[in-house]
Amino acid sequence: MSNVIQLQDVHKTYHTGEVDVHAVRGVSLEVSQGEFVALMGASGSGKSTMMNIIGCLDRPTQGRYSLDGIDVSQLDRDELADIRNQKIGFVFQGFNLLARTSALENVELPMLYSRQRLAGSSQRERALKALDAVGLADRADHKPNQLSGGQQQRVAIARALSNQPSLLLADEPTGNLDTRTSADIMGVFQKLNDQGITIVMVTHELDVAQYTKRMVVMRDGIVVSDTPVANRLIAENELRRLQQEQKAVQLAY
Amino acid sequence: MRYFVIIKVAFRALRRNKMRTILTMLGIIIGVGAVIAMVGIGNGAKAQVKARIAALGQNVIQVFSGSINQRGVFTGFGGAGTLTVEDAQAMEREVPGVVAVSPEVRTSQQIMFGNINWLTSVMGESIDYLAIRQWDLADGVMFSEADTRSAAKVCILGKTVADNLFPDDDPIGKTIRIRNVPTKVLGVLKPKGASMFGSDQDDVIIVPYTTGMKRFAGVTMLRSINVQAATADQINEVQNGIADLLRQRHRIQAGRDDDFILRNQQEITETQTAAMDTMTALLAGVAIISLIVGGIGIMNIMLVSVTERTREIGIRMAVGARGRDILLQFLIEAVALSSTGGMLGIALGIAGARLLTLIKEWPTLISADSIIIAFAFSAAVGIFFGFYPARKASQLDPIDALRYE
Repeated sequence: MSNVIQLQDVHKTYHTGEVDVHAVRGVSLEVSQGEFVALMGASGSGKSTMMNIIGCLDRPTQGRYSLDGIDVSQLDRDELADIRNQKIGFVFQGFNLLARTSALENVELPMLYSRQRLAGSSQRERALKALDAVGLADRADHKPNQLSGGQQQRVAIARALSNQPSLLLADEPTGNLDTRTSADIMGVFQKLNDQGITIVMVTHELDVAQYTKRMVVMRDGIVVSDTPVANRLIAENELRRLQQEQKAVQLAY
Repeated sequence: MRYFVIIKVAFRALRRNKMRTILTMLGIIIGVGAVIAMVGIGNGAKAQVKARIAALGQNVIQVFSGSINQRGVFTGFGGAGTLTVEDAQAMEREVPGVVAVSPEVRTSQQIMFGNINWLTSVMGESIDYLAIRQWDLADGVMFSEADTRSAAKVCILGKTVADNLFPDDDPIGKTIRIRNVPTKVLGVLKPKGASMFGSDQDDVIIVPYTTGMKRFAGVTMLRSINVQAATADQINEVQNGIADLLRQRHRIQAGRDDDFILRNQQEITETQTAAMDTMTALLAGVAIISLIVGGIGIMNIMLVSVTERTREIGIRMAVGARGRDILLQFLIEAVALSSTGGMLGIALGIAGARLLTLIKEWPTLISADSIIIAFAFSAAVGIFFGFYPARKASQLDPIDALRYE
């Protein structure tokens, strides 16, 4: 299987004032197509820096990074923007939807910046399809403030999918959500992964990482462990379990 | 990114903060409004001056008897008394390009009809005078060549004189007394209004120049000669021809000063419009300063907007917006702000100019040029003052922008 992500001895050093901060000191990592990886680590472990590099928001100071077969470590700002547009779909912790803009328009946003232009109608069609994939086709005209947290994150996932990227990159996607909604969102990710979409998710929560297939743990700028997930949680089952628990609580009172 | 979408997004962003948008626009509205109104006033005044100068007649050259040096003493303007009827006749005969000539004498006289009397200026002219000045009769006829030859006691009344002397009657055919000389009224002129120096051009009586010289002024010399050139292009040529002719006839040696003065309309027009242009430029200058102040207001608010929307910029960049896309978005927003302000300002300026015409009776003239220039200038202000904030937005780092709270 081809590698979506191929990192070779990647370093990232920040020059802040007098001292150099070595955020990432030699990470090599390969992620194949169809994988579902959790990138874990405590704060300061370098996982955010890694995620910025993987997301083409930042360039490594040293090392090589190929995304979908393209060496992106030497690209300039504009070229990186195009790569992000074409190859990567972002899902953030804070949803990061445009306020006072309908769900549909939010999902259309990446298409507006595409180099190859789509007609307005096919753009809309694709956005609706993406919304349908996350189960929100009926909320297309809603503004973010009319949607719940879980729904907002679904819109964000739909936006990430709209340009049919090679990689879905999620940064603490459940950080602002309760347990039930978290399971719900992880269910969406699992469903998308089952359809063959490669997902890398940055998180510090072990129970969320349990939904993925592979766990990469970082500490002090290096990868300390890289293991398949043993007891993988299935979102559907978890949701059922949570429902039963709630019922049990209700019965107890 | 499609321009249509950018423009839509820009107007949506402006609608979001209505109060702020309106206040920011106000600077541009006032600036553009001031430019339009000020230039309108300037142009109006210029057009009025031009109209008054045109009222002097068409392609007219005036020849005045000038100052001469008599044993070291200069006589004043018109003091020389050097122009003769023969000079006038010679001009018509000998200078090419001359189509009409009217020798002129002027005197101030008390006139009477019945028990009404009136002090007015009596002008002796030739029969071509009305044609030279493009002045039509409202009623009656002009005096004839025969009247001129015989120094007939006939006259033409200006509107003001006719109104004062004959409040109820028809003046044609009546006999009035000028300096106690009974004179028959042949015609009444159409009103011409105030001259550019403010005097009433209709407060006048016109008689044949022969009558004026012999019977009223008692002079043998002319005050001036009105000459009409065939075309505007020939004015200079004709003027030079007249000068040569007069110097020759008056036997003025080379190197000596002329004993006459030549004036033409072009000169008067140029002096007057130059003054008006200076005024217009001054007014427009003040207005443009206010437009620039308005532009600074736009820059200020765009900087605030960029800071407020840092996160939005981060999101757009994360999904693939290039720096150029962001630059364009904010630039178009600034231009939308300033050009909308510009359009409202144009409306305000036109309304203001109309109001000034209505209330203060100032003539104003709004030209299409000034509207186009004002609009283009307001858009340019948007680009100029919007560029720095837009560039700042486009250079944000997407990581920092996304993390911005």
